[in-house]
Amino acid sequence: MIEVQNITKRFGPITAVDGISFEVQKGEVVGFLGPNGAGKTTAMRILTGFIPANEGTAKLAGFDIFENSLEVRKRVGYLPENSPLYLDMAVDEFLRYMAEVRGIPPTKRQASLDRMIEVCGLKPVLKQEIGTLSRGFRQRVGMAQAMIHDPEILIMDEPTSGLDPNQIIGIRALIKELGREKTVILSTHILSEVEATCSRVMIIDRGKIVADGSLDEITRRGKAGGVHHLQVRGDRKLWEEKLKSLVGVKGFAWKEEAGGLHRYEVFSEGSRALGEELFRLAADAGLSLAELYQEKTTLEKVFTQLTVRES
Amino acid sequence: MSRIWAIFKKEFKGYFNSLMAYFFIVVFLGVVNFIFVWFILFPGRQASLREYFEFFIYGLWIFVPAITMRSWAEERKLKTDELLLTLPVRDVEAVLGKYFAALAFLCLVLVLSFMAPLAVALLGSPDWGPILAGYFGLFLLGAAFVAIGTAISSMTENQFIAFLLTVVICVALLAVEELCAMISLPSFLIYLISFLDIGHHFDSIGRGVIDSRDVIYYLSVIVFFLFLNVRSVERRKWA
Repeated sequence: MIEVQNITKRFGPITAVDGISFEVQKGEVVGFLGPNGAGKTTAMRILTGFIPANEGTAKLAGFDIFENSLEVRKRVGYLPENSPLYLDMAVDEFLRYMAEVRGIPPTKRQASLDRMIEVCGLKPVLKQEIGTLSRGFRQRVGMAQAMIHDPEILIMDEPTSGLDPNQIIGIRALIKELGREKTVILSTHILSEVEATCSRVMIIDRGKIVADGSLDEITRRGKAGGVHHLQVRGDRKLWEEKLKSLVGVKGFAWKEEAGGLHRYEVFSEGSRALGEELFRLAADAGLSLAELYQEKTTLEKVFTQLTVRES
Repeated sequence: MSRIWAIFKKEFKGYFNSLMAYFFIVVFLGVVNFIFVWFILFPGRQASLREYFEFFIYGLWIFVPAITMRSWAEERKLKTDELLLTLPVRDVEAVLGKYFAALAFLCLVLVLSFMAPLAVALLGSPDWGPILAGYFGLFLLGAAFVAIGTAISSMTENQFIAFLLTVVICVALLAVEELCAMISLPSFLIYLISFLDIGHHFDSIGRGVIDSRDVIYYLSVIVFFLFLNVRSVERRKWA
């Protein structure tokens, strides 16, 4: 559905997007994740035909973004950053205009308008001027204009920025719903957003894709996988001797004692999972384990590892 | 074509969403009608359409920049240009839609101002030729000013700067002949300068003579500034 080949965009001496290539299949919800200024917005502006790239090309829904820009735009719905809207128009007037300029035939306009009002929950503000709406409603109007022509591809730049927690839940549910039949690219710098909505993550930093894969694949790439947390009851000396002799243990640290329970962190070699071995070890030594878990790498950790800059 | 029409309708309606537009219509029509009454109907003065049209032009170089200053500057300020220019619309279609909307608004005002000559016509028997020719000239002049105004508006996101710059350019085009008359220049330059002067082309039309050279002059100004407008909208692509 989307094929991007080696797109580069420079603004003077700054390379905003640096030779990115990727493919997105129909029905995927892809999250562009990256710190501010990573090149997410620029990449989206290139895909939607707002600005051209210096190098490289892309095909959306089978059409080249430079040679067939208008065909691409017909099939793409775009929610720009901060959802810019005409503030002096009423909601229904604005959506009617978008339907008309997008070439929806007059007989179908009312139906597509009604569908958007339903999907985006715009009924209570239909006749209101957009300038008087709250941030949440403006965002929903922005979503409505992006989807009014029932596009195959949806590109949304920070769809939940500036919304309150309840509104965020609503918009995320909507995006997930849309992902069933449409191809969606959204950008965000909020990690939990990706976890909540996306089937695939691309971490972008300084114009480059530094990681690309499903959420599981990405988190598995993390480097912190070898830490085991456990609490054990019994003889501390005996337990530490046993630990030292266990194959695969690189080291361990005693953290604290509370109510006869000793808390440890155990580090394995090469991030191996040692859960079973540790359980058996404790059982054989006649000690009881109160807690045992391997630390999971969170997306957050991977993100920091991949995008942290030397200042 | 249907896309230009859609943009045209939205933009034209947009003029009536702001109080500014009404304010300018009322002030402009008030002043123009007053001048008409003063020059044409005041007893003891010689009725002179030429003076009426001359004052009308003074009104236009304030009025037109006031209606065109918004057209692109506001889009850039609100960032809605990103919305407009990622629609399946060519840049030139957006430029034309906005241009024709501003022009239509100007025509509305011209039609409304025509009430005064019409009232006179009901009272006496005026010479229709110069009046209609004069209005045709005002339309051409106004259409050129609108092209200048929308082009300038696309170069800034500050409406006030767009207004001022447009006024300056319109006045410069009106006064270039008079200004250059103050210094001695070779005759071919004088000819060239008087050809560039936008008011010079109005004079003969104002006298009731519609010369194709004048019409072509106005059309070239319009096309030139529309071209500049498209280029300026495309500028985002070369940044």
